[in-house]
Amino acid sequence: MQFTINGKPTSVEADPRTSLLDLLRDHLHLFGAKKGCNQGACGACTVLVDGGQRILSCLALAAQYNGREITTVEGLADEHGLHPLQDAFIEHDGFQCGYCTPGQICSAIGMIAELKRGVPSHVTHDIASRHIPLSSDELRERMSGNLCRCGAYNGIVGAITETYAEAAK
Amino acid sequence: MTPFTYARAHDAAEAIRLAGANASKYLGGGTNLVDLMRETIERPTSLIDVTGLSSAIEEQADGSWLIGAAAKNTAVAEHPIIRQRFPMLTRAIVAGASAQIRNMATVGGNLMQRTRCAYFYDDDGSRCNKRQPGQGCDAIDGFNRMHAILGGSNHCVATHPSDMCVAMAALDALVHLESTAGKRVVPLTDFHRLPGDQPQVETLLEPGELITAVAIPPLPEQQSTYRKVRDRASYAFALVSVGAAVEVDGDRIKNLRLALGGVATKPWRAWKAEQTLTGKRASVENFRNAIDAELADAKPLSDNGFKLDLTRRTVVAVLSELTGVRS
Repeated sequence: MQFTINGKPTSVEADPRTSLLDLLRDHLHLFGAKKGCNQGACGACTVLVDGGQRILSCLALAAQYNGREITTVEGLADEHGLHPLQDAFIEHDGFQCGYCTPGQICSAIGMIAELKRGVPSHVTHDIASRHIPLSSDELRERMSGNLCRCGAYNGIVGAITETYAEAAK
Repeated sequence: MTPFTYARAHDAAEAIRLAGANASKYLGGGTNLVDLMRETIERPTSLIDVTGLSSAIEEQADGSWLIGAAAKNTAVAEHPIIRQRFPMLTRAIVAGASAQIRNMATVGGNLMQRTRCAYFYDDDGSRCNKRQPGQGCDAIDGFNRMHAILGGSNHCVATHPSDMCVAMAALDALVHLESTAGKRVVPLTDFHRLPGDQPQVETLLEPGELITAVAIPPLPEQQSTYRKVRDRASYAFALVSVGAAVEVDGDRIKNLRLALGGVATKPWRAWKAEQTLTGKRASVENFRNAIDAELADAKPLSDNGFKLDLTRRTVVAVLSELTGVRS
């Protein structure tokens, strides 16, 4: 199978049963995406596909994503340093144990892309509107697929809110 | 997981040919099937990936909207015309699962979701007639708070988990199917079967038959919505959900489409409530009478009697909202 992972072309052999999460962790030794529940309930395995679509890598068979671009938390920093959202998580204490953090950060990046595209959510009042400001309710609803057992939600919400202040307008 | 072969189909004909006579399964987003395979509840020997088939969302000459079975849940929910003309459908989709799962899950796969009954999943210690036909059902006398009050049998009381299908049941959606025997179109309200004495047979699909699209006919009712009541504010299966579309003429209900989720063994079109209310004045009393007619046949279990009142109140609230009646 061929992937572009964090910008690098990658070739890897794996049994069809291999999930994208196990491919990343066990075959490619990218340990950022975490195996929390391994059944789609916690969001710790969230990665980005084709430049910003967030998915759960535990429920994805790697074979289905053959040929696609995958971004994990390891691919967010560049030569200038951490991604602004990573800095904000540190600034806002957006974690305690850190286990859910890579999934939270990847999920938030995907969430902002959805918001900019005008994707509605369960709490969107005007379902036909393409312009949806990132209110606190919108942020919490859109991030509800990522659990934090430490309960660092206020820090997580603070980090995302500050990083994407423009989205609130 | 038990071993399987994986193949990607490029069109419906290829998918059907690849599926052949093997113990194959068509693979959509995998959000349910992969999980069930990991639990070895599903053990296909081959997977035919159908996510490369049509995902187009297009208006047809008759004004209906044809949604390719490979369309992702998010793509349907965010479609500018779908959300404008069928707000019930968009609201139902965004009430389900999480954003990550909606980005993966397909429309065809959503129809094929299996129940989230904990006894169905508990391969190690529980009896389940869906998982092991004839074995018995531990839910009927067990922890059945989440289970069905409508459409159950002595063999199974598991609810259908989908939100999207509830909206589609209310919207008179049509499911397009294809197999080696040809093509056919069936109403979504007929697609899922009641459990009866064969709860393991959940749909009317023939072996190897493929869902290629779902069509949503034009909706004359201007007002439609979907409301979901659950144990937490987000990312949980329904205790009760209501999809409704109403057209009022003066103070009378001219047209009504009503479907229920979380309370039944299949996406539940509330035909009796519709018949009871059509032509009547829009009032809380008449809304109550209509849902009471629907619930006359309800069979609550030891832990889920609360769903009767919750369904009544949710239906009255939704119909009041759509008709401007104060409840």
